[in-house]
Amino acid sequence: MGDFSILFQHLANGISLGSLYALIAIGYTMVYGILRLINFAHGDIFMLGVYITFYGILYTPIPWWLVFLIAPTITGFIGLLLEKIAYKPLREAPRTTILISAIGASFFLQNLGIVIFGGRPRAFPVPRILNRVIKLGGVSINVVAFIIPTVTVLLLVGLNYFINKTKTGMAMRALAKDYETASLMGIDVNKIISITFFLGSFLAAVGGIMWGARYPQLMPLMGTMPGLKSFIAAVIGGIGNITGAVIGGFILGLGEIMLVALLPRLTGYRDAFAFVLLIIILLVKPSGIMGDKITEKV
Amino acid sequence: MKRKLGLLLIVLVLLLSSQIGYGQKADEVIKIGVFEPMTGANAAGGEMTVEGIELAREIKGEVLGRKVEIIVVDNKSDKVEAANAVSRLIEKDKVVAIIGSYGSSLSMAAGDIVKKAEVPAVGCSPTNPLVTLNNDYYFRVCFIDPFQGTVMARYAVNELGAKTAAVIQDVTQDYSVGLSKYFIDAFRELTGDRNSIVEVSAYNTGDQDFTAQLTNVKNKKPDIIFAPGNYGESALLIRQARDLGIDVPFLGGDTWEAPEFLAIGGEAVEGAVFSTHFTAEAPVTEESGVFLDAYRNKFGKEANAFAALGYDAYMVILDVIEKAGSVDSQAIRNGLAKVKGFVGATGIITLDQNGDAVKSAVINKVDGAKFVYLTTVEPD
Repeated sequence: MGDFSILFQHLANGISLGSLYALIAIGYTMVYGILRLINFAHGDIFMLGVYITFYGILYTPIPWWLVFLIAPTITGFIGLLLEKIAYKPLREAPRTTILISAIGASFFLQNLGIVIFGGRPRAFPVPRILNRVIKLGGVSINVVAFIIPTVTVLLLVGLNYFINKTKTGMAMRALAKDYETASLMGIDVNKIISITFFLGSFLAAVGGIMWGARYPQLMPLMGTMPGLKSFIAAVIGGIGNITGAVIGGFILGLGEIMLVALLPRLTGYRDAFAFVLLIIILLVKPSGIMGDKITEKV
Repeated sequence: MKRKLGLLLIVLVLLLSSQIGYGQKADEVIKIGVFEPMTGANAAGGEMTVEGIELAREIKGEVLGRKVEIIVVDNKSDKVEAANAVSRLIEKDKVVAIIGSYGSSLSMAAGDIVKKAEVPAVGCSPTNPLVTLNNDYYFRVCFIDPFQGTVMARYAVNELGAKTAAVIQDVTQDYSVGLSKYFIDAFRELTGDRNSIVEVSAYNTGDQDFTAQLTNVKNKKPDIIFAPGNYGESALLIRQARDLGIDVPFLGGDTWEAPEFLAIGGEAVEGAVFSTHFTAEAPVTEESGVFLDAYRNKFGKEANAFAALGYDAYMVILDVIEKAGSVDSQAIRNGLAKVKGFVGATGIITLDQNGDAVKSAVINKVDGAKFVYLTTVEPD
């Protein structure tokens, strides 16, 4: 292996990991951008999405590609239900209250997962077609590592179109700007918020499926770290900004891989690296790379 | 209406008082605490061990004419939770002895607590030497890592003809770090080459992506890779290694013996070799047969090493209580320190001055999505 192919291998590894963070961060940041709510249960919705896919593939006769579509839809409805139970009653409450409710929802889902799915890890049934390796020169890349960035970019484009070009998207943006005025203008606030949560949870599940295909180990607490990392990715990119979330995800993924690859002594600080990055961003440019100017909200 | 309420109240009081009476009688039950990981990164290991302990209690549920009760507390594969779990067992449940825990770090987290409370603990599978070192209240029914590391280094050099090796360790697990160190020492000595270890990489429990470490390892072209760690992380690591085109043998330790290692690793872990404590394919004592039959009857499958060790830990404690004729924690401790020639399912158990068992190791290989027995290595 020449030095170049090692570098390219590291880059490929970093892009693969980064696009996973990006994929999960999209849903995180979208919910924040529209509702100004940090949905701390996002990582646990992600976990539910993976488990639903797992059971769908193993215990129903439905073909795996169809499960890949149905499972996120079911997860979307769970997200919608979560909003109705944990967030809707608190819509008029101070923001801290709803934040605490989100943390509570997160713990609830984790423990529900342990009760229902059990504490022992499960192996995600990766379809054979996704489990192949492509060799380019000295660089080996798993097919999934190609698919993940593709899905991420497609969803990014699709979501940007949806929010900026469709009527529902316009209603979402109106809601983000001014909740009360939007409702006075005849926007069905409940419906729009439901759609937002459905979409956010759908995206979390898509991220979860991709995560499962890449790292096929399922555990009830598996959503915590990806949830935190993608939250950091969202903040780096400018929370509320979808393109920013994708950029943030790539920066985080590449950064982590390069840290471990080039400074092996610091491997133990891999997770700390993400948080240090978060602190630096909050100190230097709190609105993130692509974020709105901070003055607008203050 | 009032009269009815009054009646109800009397019935309630009666019920409650009978409960209290029952509680006093229950004092005669002998309580043994178990702290094992039932959730988190080590959940499979904890569950397998508890299966063995419960099986042992079903076979021998009484000692000195008193019933034995097992109280299982989940330590969540977390060092802080492990310490809490043991404190709870001692202070709230007032157990006379403790069994646990899978995971050397988890056992070590409980070390100071059992020492201070003077309640003896018997580990089933924690193999790091530090678990029992300088602790008069910690014992174990398994071998320790200086032996396990040497066994695997010898296998790599003598059987596989390896001249170089790379080591990938989980720096948050004392088990992984300790075992790696003993493997490295033995491998260098056997090859007679200080530079035979070409790379030592690290990761943390909970990591899912090992591609950066593996890319660096691949570049060093080792003959074999020694990567002891949790079954989940190890399975993912080997999968990613195969994806990256690393095709050299992977060697590991006893933690790989979990169905999850096979399920998560899939085809990638075929050919992986590891040392463990016991195999159903090579029963060592008469007790092994008793245990294997009972396990098959109860669970409908072949037993694993961790269930066997859980079984032995329980049986050793009961044997000690029986011989001491007392359930006093101090008496149990003194009895444990003198255990000699106890016939267990995993072999003959004699505890040395540190409280460690000196036993043979088994080498298993993954073949056809199963663990296949290769050989047994006797201690020196």
